Amino acid sequence: MSERILVLGATSGIAEATCRVWARQGASLVLVGRSGEKLAAVAGDLKARGAKFVETLVCDLDETSRHPQLIADAVNALGGLDVAYLAHGIMGDQQQSEESFDAAAQVIYTNFLSPVSLCTLLSNYFVKQGRGVLAVISSVAGERGRKSNYVYGSSKAGLSAFLDGLRNRVDRLGVTVLTIKPGPVKTAMTMGMKGSEKFADVDKVAATIVAAIRAKKDVLYVPGIWAIIMFVIRHIPESIFKKLNL
Amino acid sequence: MTGTPPFEPWGRYPKYNATVVPLQWQSDFPAIVSRNGGMHNGALAVGMGRSYGDVCLLKDGNLMVTTGMNRILEWNPETGILKAEAGMTLAQILDFCVPHGYFLPVTPGTKYVTLGGAIANDIHGKNHHVAGTFGCHVPEFELVRSDGTKLICSPTENPDWYAATIGGMGLTGVMTWAKLKMKPIVSRKIDYEGIQFHGVDEFLALTEASKNVEYTVSWIDCSSTGKNFARGVFMQGDHTRNPGELKPSPEPKLVFPIEAPSFMLNSASVAAFNTVFFHKQMKKRVTALQDYEPFFYPLDKVLKWNRMYGSSGLLQFQYAIPWEHAREGTIAILNEVAKSGLASFLAVLKAFGDVPSPGMLSFPQPGITLALDFPIKPGKSFPLFDRLASMTLEFGGKLYPAKDARMTAAQYQTSYPQWQQFLKYKDPLLSSSFWERVTREA
Ligand SMILES: Cc1cc2nc3c(=O)[nH]c(=O)nc-3n(C[C@H](O)[C@H](O)[C@H](O)COP(=O)(O)OP(=O)(O)OC[C@H]3O[C@@H](n4cnc5c(N)ncnc54)[C@H](O)[C@@H]3O)c2cc1C
Repeated sequence: MSERILVLGATSGIAEATCRVWARQGASLVLVGRSGEKLAAVAGDLKARGAKFVETLVCDLDETSRHPQLIADAVNALGGLDVAYLAHGIMGDQQQSEESFDAAAQVIYTNFLSPVSLCTLLSNYFVKQGRGVLAVISSVAGERGRKSNYVYGSSKAGLSAFLDGLRNRVDRLGVTVLTIKPGPVKTAMTMGMKGSEKFADVDKVAATIVAAIRAKKDVLYVPGIWAIIMFVIRHIPESIFKKLNL
Repeated sequence: MTGTPPFEPWGRYPKYNATVVPLQWQSDFPAIVSRNGGMHNGALAVGMGRSYGDVCLLKDGNLMVTTGMNRILEWNPETGILKAEAGMTLAQILDFCVPHGYFLPVTPGTKYVTLGGAIANDIHGKNHHVAGTFGCHVPEFELVRSDGTKLICSPTENPDWYAATIGGMGLTGVMTWAKLKMKPIVSRKIDYEGIQFHGVDEFLALTEASKNVEYTVSWIDCSSTGKNFARGVFMQGDHTRNPGELKPSPEPKLVFPIEAPSFMLNSASVAAFNTVFFHKQMKKRVTALQDYEPFFYPLDKVLKWNRMYGSSGLLQFQYAIPWEHAREGTIAILNEVAKSGLASFLAVLKAFGDVPSPGMLSFPQPGITLALDFPIKPGKSFPLFDRLASMTLEFGGKLYPAKDARMTAAQYQTSYPQWQQFLKYKDPLLSSSFWERVTREA
């Protein structure tokens, strides 16, 4: 059976790579993003690669009031829903966020509140249906606040905690909640950043995500080494941690 | 192109600082130009940075890396015409097209180059004598200028821009997408034959005899003198006509892990390598049914093999000498190399055919082409390069910009007289370190 998948933030590098894996497997996809032009480019590529069905919906996901209609439209287009994949988010600018609450609030809105709205609606849909997978991209940055990006990190920490709780509620009702915690990934966004040569390959990350969704995993660190790195970082005593430059 | 400045091309020489500006969407250029305040110091689109020298560098400028622009726009399995964004690599194209029963019409010795990069250098493959250059199989592409003008280019639409951009080294504008006419195959296998030869005349005879074979190329030992002078292995192949598996060949796994100490590349080790390579093929003739991967991309198996040359890098020297002087020129240059005692691991000899290149500044022309790899040892390899370059020009030949980092302005302007005419098509914002070097006052 071809999977019916809703992708939120489909023009992000990781989401696009993941969609290519699904397309090759003949999945049906509804892609949501802010730019119709970019969505069309992604959709055309996925069709050529073998996706059974692709439709695009233009929406700024900060507009939480539009979420119910958006999900209804997606379900309608796909004739049902098996997987919802949330991949939208912004890095923000840490410096700006330190200087202005508005900048910080924007990061938290896009990375935390908007997914909370979507996850609430989608998990309730899946609960009613008695099955479904909700896969959400959080980040290893949410494991411990660091001075270099604690606003972004805290938005992801909030999201991860929310997903833990949601999983605890809906798992027994047949719904899978997968929290994806990628380390730095090589995408157009990160190109030219310091050390980006060593970042993870986006196609490998995508293949791992697809496999984890299929295996109904709970939490995925990708690449796996980040589970160990973050275990260590979480256990550094605060008295030492606060002096570190991370 | 590595992720952090300074940037280095495949040959790891020269290295320059530059700013990375990723192009991910077709609309990014020239929108990015205005957003970045006009991009002072100029800009250059680059693909995988698989050029050996400075055609893919711009000192202190902005390198617009296109690899995020790698989407398929249209695929027609009936005609085999693929329309894709210019940052898609030949490796990605193969992965997609081989299962559909199609192969690249022309491929270089590595599949890690982009569509845009292949067009901009109008690259050639082992089938140049029957298929011409890469550009011969590109029916159409879009060129975007820094002022925002978009031109659809084909042999009939904007044909002058089409000619200037194929082989135009990224200087006419940014290609956003291109169409490529793929070649039907029925199996991923190649019928291969390897034949030992001694000397340039035997090479020429073999070339003549295999005119109708699709792929031919020779490896040549340029470290030996005397009776082994210019010995080599002539390698030829065709896509097999027996239907077989149409899965992409598996990806290479090895990555060359460290930078080799330069003593590994002295002339003794190269002579030993050459002897082993020559005799690896024990018989005068061998035939085999091979996957396309080892046939076309033996070096890709060792990803980042350029590190073998250490951080000072390597440089290729590749010439094309027209038939009139091809034989004597090749012999003279091989003699000069053997005499120098400087070693070249990978010496590749091939005859170019007479299918005309569509590009104004394209490198291939009928005659012989020879490519040599040398580790860079300033004071030693550069004087040799300079001698070889002037010899090439004396024989009426020219050097390949994609492999060059040494040619003088006078040499370039003499061997590529069309460069004057090309100036009309150059984008004012775009430039490369290569271009700045070869268009300086001669
Ligand atoms: C192992 C190896 C084997 C090789 N074998 C061969 C061979 O057999 N035959 C051959 O001809 N070459 C060969 N080459 C050279 C290689 O094919 C060329 O240098 C090729 O152009 C590299 O493509 P790239 O995507 O890496 O481009 P880059 O090296 O990044 O750039 C090359 C040029 O393309 C331009 N460019 C890139 N993208 C665009 C765009 N979208 N729009 C406009 N301009 C653009 C750049 O400005 C630059 O001038 C070989 C290289 C290696 C490393």
